[in-house]
This record gives sequence, structure tokens and C-alpha cells, in this order.
Amino acid sequence: MTTGKIALLLVDAVGRHGQLQAVKSLSLSIAENEVVALIGANGAGKTTLMRMLAGLHPLAEGRLALFGNDVTALPAHDRVKAGIVLSPEGRRLFGDMTVRENLMIAAENGRRGDWTVATACDAFPQIVPLLDRPAGGLSGGQRQAVAIARALVANPSVLLLDEVSLGLSPAAVDGVYQSLAALRGRMTMVVVEQDLTRAMSFAERLICMAEGVLELDGNPAVLTREEITNAYFGIHKTTGASHA
Amino acid sequence: MTKTPLLGMASADRRLIWLAASALAVLAILPAFGSALAVDKLTYLFILIMFATMWNLLAGYAGLVSVGQQAFVGLGGYAMVRMVDAGLPPFPAIFIAALCTGVVAWAMSWFVLRMKAGEFAIATWVIAEAIRAMVSFDPIIQGETGTSITALNAYAPEMRRLTIYLLALATTALMVWGSWKLLQGRTGAEAQAIRDDEEAAASVGISTFQVKQRIYILASIGCAVAGTLWLASAITFQPRTGFGVQWSVFMLFMVLVGGIGTFIGPILGALLFFALQEIFGDFGAWYLAGVGIVAILFALYLPRGIVGLWLDKGRDEPLTMRKRLGI
Amino acid sequence: MLEALIQGILLGGYYAVLAAGLSLMFGVVRFINLAHGDMAVLGAMIALWFVQGVGLSVSLAIAVTLPAMAALGWLMQRLIFERALRGGFLIPILTTIGLGAALQNGMFGLFGSETKSLGAHIGGLSWASWELPGGIFLGQLPVYMFLTAIVVLGTLHLVLTRTAFGRAVRATATDADAAALCGIDARRVHRGAAAIAVALAGLAGIFLALRAQVTPFAGPMLLIFAFEAVVIGGIGSLRGTLLGGIALGVAQALGGLISPQFSILAGHVVFLTVLGWRMSQVAAADRGGWRSAYAALILKHKTAGGKR
Repeated sequence: MTTGKIALLLVDAVGRHGQLQAVKSLSLSIAENEVVALIGANGAGKTTLMRMLAGLHPLAEGRLALFGNDVTALPAHDRVKAGIVLSPEGRRLFGDMTVRENLMIAAENGRRGDWTVATACDAFPQIVPLLDRPAGGLSGGQRQAVAIARALVANPSVLLLDEVSLGLSPAAVDGVYQSLAALRGRMTMVVVEQDLTRAMSFAERLICMAEGVLELDGNPAVLTREEITNAYFGIHKTTGASHA
Repeated sequence: MTKTPLLGMASADRRLIWLAASALAVLAILPAFGSALAVDKLTYLFILIMFATMWNLLAGYAGLVSVGQQAFVGLGGYAMVRMVDAGLPPFPAIFIAALCTGVVAWAMSWFVLRMKAGEFAIATWVIAEAIRAMVSFDPIIQGETGTSITALNAYAPEMRRLTIYLLALATTALMVWGSWKLLQGRTGAEAQAIRDDEEAAASVGISTFQVKQRIYILASIGCAVAGTLWLASAITFQPRTGFGVQWSVFMLFMVLVGGIGTFIGPILGALLFFALQEIFGDFGAWYLAGVGIVAILFALYLPRGIVGLWLDKGRDEPLTMRKRLGI
Repeated sequence: MLEALIQGILLGGYYAVLAAGLSLMFGVVRFINLAHGDMAVLGAMIALWFVQGVGLSVSLAIAVTLPAMAALGWLMQRLIFERALRGGFLIPILTTIGLGAALQNGMFGLFGSETKSLGAHIGGLSWASWELPGGIFLGQLPVYMFLTAIVVLGTLHLVLTRTAFGRAVRATATDADAAALCGIDARRVHRGAAAIAVALAGLAGIFLALRAQVTPFAGPMLLIFAFEAVVIGGIGSLRGTLLGGIALGVAQALGGLISPQFSILAGHVVFLTVLGWRMSQVAAADRGGWRSAYAALILKHKTAGGKR
């Protein structure tokens, strides 16, 4: 399904919160149109990594390249224009603006491309009746749909989705993943997902983080549950270098 | 075994304290030799040091950036005018007036200390303006014209000058020493904890309101003493000068340039401000415009002031509070 | 009494323009510009210089001054405020106080201390008035200024609600990170907002020069008035700012019936009362019980009206 071109290349990246290293010298390469699920326990550094990719959190060390271009120094808004778009944890919709305005903002300031407010509405028909409602009053599932649509209208080549199903009803999660499945082959996706079964069925590559390092990286069809559980709790590789 | 407080200090700090003590002694006998002009100028310098030290307590330690300290300068002056008018001798009146000002600060604190930082800065200023307007209603003040403290003319000029000088010297020494004691003690530790992280301080049981209130009232009394001494040396009281926002601007400048939140910084700032005024003061408005530009440059490029520059060179902060408080 | 009320309302338009810039800076850039009043005086001084020094007509001078002020605001944001903002809340206060001192004394050095007015350059308009039934005289200039204020604030409202720039401004003010994730450059938005804010200050300064006099040291008082209008009206909504300006104008006009000094004091008192009342609501909400329920009702009502 992937083209073989490298979409994202992260080399020796370090992310700090004050003294604490949340991401420890992490290297990662993601191919164009690859669909990756990022899992890990709370505090494993997933959100920090996503924010580093999006440009909201600085890389203390290391480099990040997008299709071969170094984007390490680009601030978040310029990375959007380069094609990296993050839908953050908690959705972060502009609550006192209408859904339409939320979408327009991303359309006006993101990249030009196939995705417009109209095409996003085609892909997410459930948001059409909400367009003129303030985004603050929506349900969890509606908010997630709007958040993904908002990310899409910025025309990303790499779509980053943090905590996709957090706080959603099972039915809403189904809906979100159906919509996401339709995006396969059109863009690179990195999805942070707490639900392991969901992550394994959706992604073609599974990455597990623990204490700021990559514990596991592989094809979910091949990996065993036990391997994943061990990686999740950082059981077998906690000797030596991972404790700085 | 008796332990002197100087033991356990850095030797540089000990030297500084001896230096300060000898300077105090020299300054105390200076009027016997110095000219009247020198005495007046030094009086003004002492007043500046008091202002800077008090404002530093507020902004540097309690995190209260007040643009309204002129309220207490003016109020102290007004209270003195009223008391002298009622027959009190002028010199005790200075201090009684300052204490009355402290009562007003106590009353105000219930209101202003609950505000957020930006609101606090502006509201204290507006309150100063409101008090000025109310004070100028008092017929004795004659509106914006102001009034003279004629009772002071009963003293011979030399006598008056000398008394104000010695009072200013003594109160300056007292305030510098007092703020040292205050910051070394429990209040200082609590204030720094609040400044660093107010929520964390509150969660370990520090009453942030009480600490701020204590410092606010003390700093207000201090500003009132300094301001009233200045008005006594000028003999006249005008609402526009007494309640002028320039007092707060001067305080802010001295503390910022010297080094906010350090013990020695405000004193250095006051000395520098005094020197600038002596050298460039004749340029009038252009000098004050320059002061404004220097303030901008310090705020943007050297926000920790001269002491910060000193620290950046890897030297210890003179008379630091941080080490002593275990921070 | 009625005449004073009308004058107060008309004065409110001027205060609202003065306050709108301050409110915009505070709401969008989260920056308290204590030199805002001095910027207004600067605008008046520049317009005066164009009229008296260059010989332009008043309207032409206004047309030149406002873009110049906007450019100045952009530059201030770019060169000074952006850097100051990185230093927490203390550094902006220190910086803009310094800026105020520099502006006041610089203008004093350049233009002298005498009061100046544009009133002499607009012919009979300074004193022309309409007579209303009941023997009330309505000054034409205040009415025109009030209408201009409404048009300016209305246009600003439309820009903020209907344009891409306005959406970017509101998005940045609400959640700067989320705005950045939509591709918005917060620094550009901030510079745009600062340009508008300083141009508004300049317009307010010109209003003042038209209806009265300006001196280089008038700025701090203008800042206080602007703040009072913002706090009375509530931060973040232009309609609130207009109402706050009108409330301040009316308070001052009614206070002025007693004595000139009482006029300004009345404004201060209204401001402090509103501020205290609002704080008591917040405190009550923290305290729980019936007070909190009552406060929640009022605060909810408030936040529903304007954006937070």
C-alpha cells in the first residue's frame, strides 16, 4: 500500500519537559501513505512525540525531515503549510465559533488541495447539520468528527491524530474509524490509540512507546499479544541504556 | 557559645556589611562638614533607596506589581498636613501619618489583593487617582494649588534640614535592615515560595493572602514615610506631585535596573538613578525620555538588572536571600 | 440633567474607541499596553503636526495619521512587545511603562508643553449645534464623533466576525496552539491586532484634539479611562466596550454636574464598584452554597454574551 518514499524521518530526537526527558533519542521512519498506530501507557511520551512532530514541542536534539526536507526549525503553523497536521488531544475546537468557522479557519490557513469544506462535508456527512452550531456544544463523537474534518481541510500529507477514541462511545469510535479507513492510501496517518484491539485491526504498523523510547515496532498481524503487552509495560528492555 | 549573625556568611558579604556600617557612621556625621546642598541631595538619595527597597518587597518578593504606590506618598503627605494643622508637631506627624496610611493600606488590601496581576496594577493606580481627587476636595489643600506646611518654617532652615536628613538616614537604615530581617525570616521564605509557584505554596499551607497583605502594608507604610519626608523637605504639598504616577515609575525603574528580587539590586538601582539624575537631570524632558528608553532596554535585554549581569559572570549574588532560604 | 446624559452618551463613543484598542491587545495578544494612552496622544500630535506644520486639511491629516499609527503599532509589536511577551507578565508592564515615559517626555521635548487643539482648524463645527425641542442644544461635532465611533467599531466587529483575518484573530485569542495547528501564524495575527489597536488609539487621540486639548502628559489619564471603559464593559466584546465607554461617559457627565473634579472621580468610583462587584461574584462562585449558584447564574449569563 505504501509507495516506498519516506514521508517522515525522525533522527535521534529528544523532547524535554524541564529536566525530564519525555522522549529519549528516538529515531523513526514512516513511509508515504503508511498507517501507523502509536500505543503506550500514560506518560510513555506519545503525546510529546506527536507534539514534536507537529511543531508544538521543540526538539531539544535531533532532526525531523518531511519527504526529505528538513523541517526541524519550522514552527507549527509552517509545518501545517508543509503538510504535517495534528489533531490534538482533547480536539481543541474553537468552542465559541461555529463548526463552519472552525473548518474555514483550517481551510484558509492550511495548504491548498482537494480537501475543502465541501469535500470534508461529503466525507463526514454527519457534520453537515451541525455547520452553524457553536463547536462548544457538540457531543464527543461530533467533536471528533469535526476535529478530523478540520485537520483534513488543511490538506495534510501526514495526518497525526492524538487519542482518537478517548472519551467516545463505542458506536462513535466505529464511525470515526470508518471515516479514517476511507483515507487509506491518500495520506500518511499516525494514530495514538489506547484500545489495543482497535489499533491492531486498523493499522498496518504498530509502534509501542515506554518511558520515552520505542519498545516495539512491527506488523500487528505478525506480533503476538504477549510481545505487545511486554513492550507496553516496558518489561524486557528496561536494562541498561534506557534509564539515563 | 555565642553565635554572631555574621558568622556563616560569605566573606564578601561580611565585608559588604562592614562597609555599609561604616558608610552609615560617616553619613551620620557628614552634615557637620558637608554643604547644605550635599545634605539635601543625600536626603533625596535616601528617599530613593527607601522607595526602591519598598517596591522591591512588593514586586520582587510578593509578586505585586503596583503602579499605585503614589497613593501612599500622597496620602502620607496629606495626613501630615492635616495633623500639623490640628496642632501636632511636624516631625512626629510624619510617622503618625505614615501609620495612618498603613491603616488605609490594610483596608485597601482586602480589595486589591484579590485581583489578578494586570487588574492589580491598574486598580492600584486608579485608587491613587481617586484618593487624589478626594483629597483635593479638602478646602485646606486648595484644590490643585496645594498648601505649605508652614509649621515647618518655625524651625531654623539648618535645623530643619539636619533633622530631615538624620530622620531619612535613620529610616533608610531601618528599612534596609528591616527588609533584610523580614526576608531572612519566615515571611521571606513564604513570599518566595508564593512568587515561584502560588498554587504549590498554598497547597503546603502558606496563607498567600496573609503574606501578601503583610508585605503590602509594610511597603505602603515605608513608601508613606519616604514620601512624607520628601514632602517635608519640600515644605509644600500639592496633590499633583504627591499623587503623581512618577513615583511608581521611579520605583520601578530603580528596582528593574538594579535587579528585581535581589536584596542589593534596588540599592544599586537607586544609586544609579540618583547619579543619572545628577548628571543628565538638566536635560529635563529628554533626560526622562532617556530614562524610559533605558527602562525598555533593561526590561527586554537585561530583565535581571545589574545584579543579573553580575550573576551571569558566574559570581555570587551579594547578600543573596536564595542560599539562606535554601532555594 | 438630560443634556448631561446625552453628552455623556456621546462622550462614550470616544471612550469606546480609546478602549477598543486596549481591549483588543489584551484579548488577542494577552498584552497590557500601559503606553496605550500615550499612543493616543502621539496620534493627536502627529495629526496636529500634519495640520499645523505641513498645512494639510484636518480630514487629510486624519487620513494620513491613521495608517501611520497602524504601521507604528505593527512595528511596536514586531520590535518590542513580542520580546516583552516572552518575559511573563512583569516585563510587559515594565516595558510599556518605560515606553510611556519615553513617549511623554519625547513629545514634550519635540512639541513643548502648551496645550494644543485641532478645534481651531475645523471652522464653525467646534461650536455648531442643533437645538432640540425642550431647549436642549446638541453639539454637531460630538454627534459626528459618536457616529464615527459607531461606524468604526461596527466595521471592526464585521472584520472580526466575517473575514479570514478576523477568524484567525478569534482563533488565536481562544487557543493559540490549536490556531497554530490550523496553520495560523500567531505572530502575524498579533502584529495585525497591534496595528489596529494603535490606529484606534490614534483615532481616539484625534477625537480628543478635536473636541478639547491635548498635552504630552495626557496619556496616563487616557489609559485609565480606557481601562475603566474596558473593565466596566467586560473584556473581549466590542459591544461591551461600547457600553462600558458610554457608562463611563455618562458617569463623568453626571458627576460633572456637581463639580469638574467630581466628574473624573465619578468615573473612578463606577470602575472600582464594577470591578469589586465582579470580583465578589468570582469569590462567591468559589465559596459554594447559594452564593455560588447565584454567581454561576450571572457569570454564565455574562460569558454567553461575549467571548472569553
